Amino acid sequence: MTRKTGEMFLKRELLPFFWCSGCGNGIIMGCIFRAMEESGLSRENTVVVTGIGCWGKADDYFTTHAFHGTHGRALAVATGIKSANPSLDVIALVGDGDGATIGGNHLIHAARRNADITVIMSNNNNYGMTGGQYSGTTPFGAITSTSRYGHAEDEFDVSELVKTAGAGYVAKGTIANPLQLQKFIEKAFQKRNGFRFVEAMNICPTYYGKNNKTGNAPEMIEKLRKNTVEIKTARAAEPHELKGKIIVGEYADKEVDGFIKRYKEIQKKASVVSRK
Amino acid sequence: MEGNIAIGEGAIAAGAKFYAGYPITPSSEIAEHASVSLPKIGGTYIQMEDEIGSIAAVIGASMAGAKAYTATSGPGVSLMNENIGLACMVEAPCVIINVQRVGPSTGLATKPAQGDFLQARWGAHGDHAIIALAPASVQECFDLTVKAFNFAERFRAPVFVLSDGIIGKMHETVFIPDCEEIKIENRKPATCEPREFKSYEYDDDLVPPFAPFGGIRISKANGSGHGLDGYPDNSPENYDLLARRLVDKIENCKEEICLHKAYYCEDAEILIIAYGSSARSGLAAAELARREGLKAGLLQLQTLWPFPGHLVGKYSEKAEKIIVPELSLGQLKSEIEKHVNNIPVIGVNRINGLSLPPGEIIKALCCRGICG
Repeated sequence: MTRKTGEMFLKRELLPFFWCSGCGNGIIMGCIFRAMEESGLSRENTVVVTGIGCWGKADDYFTTHAFHGTHGRALAVATGIKSANPSLDVIALVGDGDGATIGGNHLIHAARRNADITVIMSNNNNYGMTGGQYSGTTPFGAITSTSRYGHAEDEFDVSELVKTAGAGYVAKGTIANPLQLQKFIEKAFQKRNGFRFVEAMNICPTYYGKNNKTGNAPEMIEKLRKNTVEIKTARAAEPHELKGKIIVGEYADKEVDGFIKRYKEIQKKASVVSRK
Repeated sequence: MEGNIAIGEGAIAAGAKFYAGYPITPSSEIAEHASVSLPKIGGTYIQMEDEIGSIAAVIGASMAGAKAYTATSGPGVSLMNENIGLACMVEAPCVIINVQRVGPSTGLATKPAQGDFLQARWGAHGDHAIIALAPASVQECFDLTVKAFNFAERFRAPVFVLSDGIIGKMHETVFIPDCEEIKIENRKPATCEPREFKSYEYDDDLVPPFAPFGGIRISKANGSGHGLDGYPDNSPENYDLLARRLVDKIENCKEEICLHKAYYCEDAEILIIAYGSSARSGLAAAELARREGLKAGLLQLQTLWPFPGHLVGKYSEKAEKIIVPELSLGQLKSEIEKHVNNIPVIGVNRINGLSLPPGEIIKALCCRGICG
């Protein structure tokens, strides 16, 4: 069997990627392209929606329809696109700042209403585009451009949050294991209904790595790999064993109607009422 | 029919298929109307988590090809402003209804005002053009909402309907024509070879033909500096062309966009200029003044932005005084003053949540020695 590369979705003429050397966004892009081809997505029927940030530049490299909007609002834009044309495959690409910090309210509500979109979050634990300031996923004590003495706040686990909000599918992978990450993305694409969320744990060697002396990109990826625990293992583990660990796996995988299917029922009811 | 409902009916008549909003007084009836009317015709009503998400969803729906709108009041527009700029930039046709109430902040939540006149123009940051229409009757709520959608489609731009708490909550008889008699405009579709399509390649009217997401023409909407193909181009030369085109496509058609009504203006020595609910007070004041033998007239502005300076100039040729009644501390007056020379412009202002009685306008004339 020939391996699917997803090349038809890559806007080759815009290469090389604009991201810093060592950034994991390219690995996530590869996973997405391959998963798109594996899942039978088409250029004409797909819209990639982004906000602002390093990962917010990703839409430029897709040959599909694309919407590059404002910081934090990609999920709301994507909800509008999908509602206006439910036959589309709508993919929102958000970072931890864009998706979980400034856009946190849209994230929990899109998950709650099960807006029928796929979200792929690149989480590098800081704001890369603006120079490495702390975000909602920066861990306690971490050094960033705006937490020079160590970060005073706790991070949150975005996948747990989205699961609790009601999303049909939630998974977390890392750039240290692209095969697993791609599988999660494929599964997200292949589910037709509901809110599908894949969190890709990434690295930012330029800022987060430098500030926290976590080594160069290969060293950071190796640390990321060693720091992960499979969700099945984690379920059997004591809480102290999981401190600071990244739990990878499927956080939620349930059948949900999704907003579009539910709203089609509303449209039916409304048209019956108006005929009476 | 209530003014807010007439706006909702106007939206449906214009072909709207998508509404996203967040409830706020005194505009909530427009949301309620949309939630009942849109699903009947296969459209979608969605109540978003806030006004920022509402306008973002409206823009998304518009780029997927739907006629989309939202309704709110001043505090909601304050939250929407960044994305109203986005709508200008990606050229997403959409209609934003602002049923104005007293501000700033929560102000007087249910009381009418006209304090968002300049917010409509300059709420979004950066140089841009905007269209804003203002109804002064329930009939105009219907008619001007249809117009707002038509302008949005024609110019691929966000259009405000700037109503106020009085007009929104007022009941009057409305004539709704048969649908085939209502003039509806739709955005110009792209017809070129799919492979040659560029999202922002514009025609002589400076407006790019539209290709919805999901079509065979691959479409790229971009809120950042972009070239004709929608891909980033941050060169000074390109940005200058882009930003000026977005302004010029509207400003070049100012005369067509600027709607108005003139009452007793032919020989008016005292010209009242007003919009919305204040235009009703202005008309009553002009009629009272005429009965007293004064040559008073009213210029009612139905289009507020682009500002109809040419109409102010034309109608004030014979005027000795201009009176500007408004439910703000002179926002409209300040704009009028830019377009007249050597004619005193007198404001009649209220900002306490009460309407302007015609008598107050007359009194203002008398106090300033106009009534003899």
